[in-house]
Amino acid sequence: MLYLDHAASSPLRPEAWAAMEPFRHDVYGNPSGSHGVSRRAKNALEDSRDLAASLINAEPGEIVFTGGGSEADNLAIKGRALAGGRLGAIVTSPTEHDAVLGSAEHCRSFGSAVTFAKVTAEGLVDPAEVASHITGDTAVVSIMMGNNETGVRMPVEEVAAAVKDACPGVVLHTDAVQGYVSERVDVDVLGVDLLSLAAHKFGGPKGVGLLYVRSGTPLAPLVHGGGQELGRRSGTHNVMAIVGMAAAMAALEDERAAFRARVMGERDAFEATMAELIPDLVVTGAGAPRMVQTSHVRIPGVRNEMLLVRLDRAGLAASAASACQSGAATVSHVLEAMGMSPALARECLRFSFGWSTAEGEGVCAARLVAGEAGALR
Amino acid sequence: MRALVAMSGGVDSSVAAALMKEQGWEVMGVTMKLWQGPDGEAPTAGCCTVSDAEDARRVAARLDIPYYVWDYTEEFMSGVVGGFIDDYLTGRTPNPCVECNRTVKFSRLLAHADALEYDLVVTGHYARITSDGGRYRLWRGVDPGKDQSYVLSMLGQAQLARLCFPVGDLTKDQTRRMAARLGLRTAHKPDSQDICFVGQGNYRDFLAGQGVAPAQGPIIHQDGRLLGVHHGITNFTIGQRRGLGVAVGEPLYVTDIDADSGIVTVGDRSDLGVDEATVENMSWVDRPVTGALLAQYRAHGRAVPAEVSLEDELTTVRFSEPQEALARGQTLALYVDEEVVGGGIIRTTT
Repeated sequence: MLYLDHAASSPLRPEAWAAMEPFRHDVYGNPSGSHGVSRRAKNALEDSRDLAASLINAEPGEIVFTGGGSEADNLAIKGRALAGGRLGAIVTSPTEHDAVLGSAEHCRSFGSAVTFAKVTAEGLVDPAEVASHITGDTAVVSIMMGNNETGVRMPVEEVAAAVKDACPGVVLHTDAVQGYVSERVDVDVLGVDLLSLAAHKFGGPKGVGLLYVRSGTPLAPLVHGGGQELGRRSGTHNVMAIVGMAAAMAALEDERAAFRARVMGERDAFEATMAELIPDLVVTGAGAPRMVQTSHVRIPGVRNEMLLVRLDRAGLAASAASACQSGAATVSHVLEAMGMSPALARECLRFSFGWSTAEGEGVCAARLVAGEAGALR
Repeated sequence: MRALVAMSGGVDSSVAAALMKEQGWEVMGVTMKLWQGPDGEAPTAGCCTVSDAEDARRVAARLDIPYYVWDYTEEFMSGVVGGFIDDYLTGRTPNPCVECNRTVKFSRLLAHADALEYDLVVTGHYARITSDGGRYRLWRGVDPGKDQSYVLSMLGQAQLARLCFPVGDLTKDQTRRMAARLGLRTAHKPDSQDICFVGQGNYRDFLAGQGVAPAQGPIIHQDGRLLGVHHGITNFTIGQRRGLGVAVGEPLYVTDIDADSGIVTVGDRSDLGVDEATVENMSWVDRPVTGALLAQYRAHGRAVPAEVSLEDELTTVRFSEPQEALARGQTLALYVDEEVVGGGIIRTTT
């Protein structure tokens, strides 16, 4: 079995499971309670917060735990648009994750102005153009770190500099759900005020994530109730999952350099072998900075749905990058924004590597993909 | 041996998949996503809904077979919906299910099954295929109430050789009982009735939603009287009685729709009679058959005796008795007893 769909989800890291295991029986209290049982849970929660904060150069109070990356994106966009009791404007790009685009569209339906910065054929925004959309009403600018389909790494640092230059008070959000997997995040180096993470992309459990909220950034909550997370996200914490996420972050940080070297090595070997065996192969965003774990390619003349079935049968899991609710592959809004025709977009596949990728898998996968693609040509 | 089962999420294709699996085939389930609304969302009624795909997915999981949803929305839009709209705009009565079978299911899906090295494409249609010395023959399903051979009448040898309809040998009751016995969640799911992309609304609302806004025109009686004005020929089909917008005391029926002039002609029931039809795009199951045959021109209509002749690609069907409400654009299927010999599209009626 070759698992090359880490961008969809990664297997749980053993370190995460080890950290979660005590919560099977022993630590079951509600962290908001006042007795000893609750205190154990509260301590575990706050230890995790301290750990997660330190790993991205944030303060513990700047971490809001959420039910995943999509919720973090929703909280960033809607929470900013609604902050201060007005409908603020949103500036973003057309290649963002659907959680950002959907949140922006929802705000737009209530009256928020939403503007989109253009992307190049390589999928990059121009920082100066992003900044040019800022007005006095802008509540949030949202530009992702690494694209979940193509793997293209956006110039978030330059966007931050440009938008702060245009308007020092403007709030910048980045969806770092994919970017964090292969790159250390320092919120000050990135220059962002809000940042989304999802645990299951880097070996933590599913259904948990966090939003970094720079101190002093007003944010309206989406979930009201008991006032947890300083009122920014009510609801009893999923302590076990939060502990697992923090442990996965620590494990990832421990092997940052090795992870990058190994994953990039396999990804590059995969692409080199693919290019050798499929001379007309097109690597998406080849001329742009890319995250090391993603390979988004187009195999001319091969419909991605058909190739995925053959690969599945041969024991290789990959993805056509975006699927609609029914499970059908849909023509990607990301590729459309990059100017690719629907016909060409149907020839694209995403192969994504991760922490459990073993040495040699890249070449092995490329041979298998080329063989199966050849049978369809 | 591999079999690709087209699973709609209904009970028939669920049981078809189960039967193939029982017979030892290596089975894969595929739901064809055919239609999406203008907002890109899956429809909520008719077929191809998210919940239908979910039903198919759960049945496939129960049968322990791989399952995929494939996107055929572009093919369906150009091959079926486009023709559906064109037909109404030219005064014809389309049969989108036949067109879908012809241009999407039994062409594109079959080609994709080839590419993936599947030996058979299996559907939950109520019809039967037999082979006879290397020639394939197509028959009505055993359940007369559910027979779907009419919408398959355009299939030829090349396709029949690669197709299998496992529930054609069953009655609907047997199919449902088998689904219940196997614990399939679709066992008691109601049959789909609507044209899938039209959903629960009517086709006129659908056409309006697609931006089809035909011109007004006169409604004229067979005897030449001007009876009123209509709001577009797409609102009418041959034989229609309700919703004509004119009241003259006696019951009136649409007898002709002329797209060029925009004239809708109405008349008495006796004016509906058709003695003869010519058929285009005729497809024969094996080789052309002429002479005394049975002709069926509605999906659930009766097959009636007719004399069929063939001259320079033009098939003429002369009915033994005048037929009511035969419309241009409808499919006409030809039978010898229970066996389908061919099918085509009605071009003219006289």
